[in-house]
Amino acid sequence: MKKRIVVTGLGVVAPNGVGLTAFEEALQKGKSGIRYLPELEQLNFRCQLCGVPELTEELMQHHFTELERKRLNAKGVIYGIIAGMEAWQNAGLPIPESRESSPQWDYGCIFGTGMSGVNTLREAIYKTDEQKVRKLGTTVVEQTMPSGISAFLGGRLGLGNWVTSNASACSTGTESVIMAMEHLRAGKAKVMLAGSCDADGPHVWGGFDSMRVLTYRHNEEPEKASRPMSATASGFVPGSGGGALVLEELEHALARNATIYGEVLGGFTNSGGQRGSGTMTAPNNEGTQRCITGALENAGIEPKQVDLISGHLTSTMGDVLEIQNWAAALNRKGRDFPRVNSVKSLTGHCLSAAGSIECVAALLQLQRQFVHVSANSEDLHPEIADCIDEKAVVRKQESAKIDIIAKSSFGFGDVNSCVIFKRWKHYE
Amino acid sequence: MSRKEIEEKLKEIIRPYVQNEAAFENMTAQTDMLRDLQINSAHLVDIILDMEEEFDIEIDDDTAEKMLTVGEAIDITEKLSNEKN
Repeated sequence: MKKRIVVTGLGVVAPNGVGLTAFEEALQKGKSGIRYLPELEQLNFRCQLCGVPELTEELMQHHFTELERKRLNAKGVIYGIIAGMEAWQNAGLPIPESRESSPQWDYGCIFGTGMSGVNTLREAIYKTDEQKVRKLGTTVVEQTMPSGISAFLGGRLGLGNWVTSNASACSTGTESVIMAMEHLRAGKAKVMLAGSCDADGPHVWGGFDSMRVLTYRHNEEPEKASRPMSATASGFVPGSGGGALVLEELEHALARNATIYGEVLGGFTNSGGQRGSGTMTAPNNEGTQRCITGALENAGIEPKQVDLISGHLTSTMGDVLEIQNWAAALNRKGRDFPRVNSVKSLTGHCLSAAGSIECVAALLQLQRQFVHVSANSEDLHPEIADCIDEKAVVRKQESAKIDIIAKSSFGFGDVNSCVIFKRWKHYE
Repeated sequence: MSRKEIEEKLKEIIRPYVQNEAAFENMTAQTDMLRDLQINSAHLVDIILDMEEEFDIEIDDDTAEKMLTVGEAIDITEKLSNEKN
């Protein structure tokens, strides 16, 4: 019999809420984290909007020592560490006070990222090109290596199991949860901290702006700009942040009387091979559908059991394909289609951080039994309206009986992840 | 810059790196930065960079290797500052 894996801790640094309490309130109230960024206008970006978390000096002092603050300036790394530490504390797991403690051989971390250290890398490139390489100091490598976040968290928490980083573009965060689940299921660890993060700013987003995948029509009305599933969606709003989940083997969680947010029933990752309709940037629809059905099979549930889809849904033309792929994979159309919402309608697209932030949102909805609004979806895209009943789209926050959430993330490279979370009931 | 001024500024530079606060409070010229203050040896590189910036000097690798105690760090800074003027 498969080992059962549960989520016992959550942490989040999102554009519309830093910390679990603020983020849950933002979801409950449909609060947008999207704003105008003058710097982007000055630099001639077509899209001048962003979703960036606000970090206070107080929060920085809470999470980092004076020396750490002096050494750290890579924004993605900072978001990741804060989210990871919040999740660990939220799970009630021990944080060693000194380096004298023995490593926790059964606890590990998989923390993914995209361009977490790009602002630090930029400074290092300037110094290097100015022949000042000896002035780089000892902080550049650890802040710009993709495994910098897992390395930092591993050291702080004394993790002695698998400590690594994954990268699969916008699929990264959901993929890290699936990787952690599989490692735990294989009996190789008892607790895995899974998460992802990404940095922000013009040097992360420039390439996307030039590709014309960012929105350009709503610079005057930031909160309306991220419009997943809308007929007037014109591209995504770039975002950043971090999210983290503590995954734990059920027996281990029960033995220490941990709070359980939900069960990770199963998941699947694949690629469409960039064949058929698939390219570097577009999905092979068969690949997407196989990923969804693969996740359901892995979770041991029927398509009809899905109560809510927390979509990838970025506010691009890809949303139509995504909904059509869900309908085909679940074989549920029209009124039979489950509820669907998109966290990105409130945060923008947090790139490599998106999957983990959205998994945190999924677990909060499961535990608190509500569905958050999918903002700006009033003018549903006609091809989506042809495929599913409009009422499936969550137009306002409401209490709802949700037992199963399917959460998907897709990324450049035609890569897909889908994870299935189940509500935790103590009597089962 | 007087020796006393150098010492005060140096103290500010190394303070965040110190892991033994008691030794820092009772610091003397003989205090060893790695052994007594328990500064991470990798961080010595950053302390040297901070010193270079603060005192507008350049500390080459051979000189840096001889900088083990607080007193030696002050001596080196004083010598390099004087040479500069």
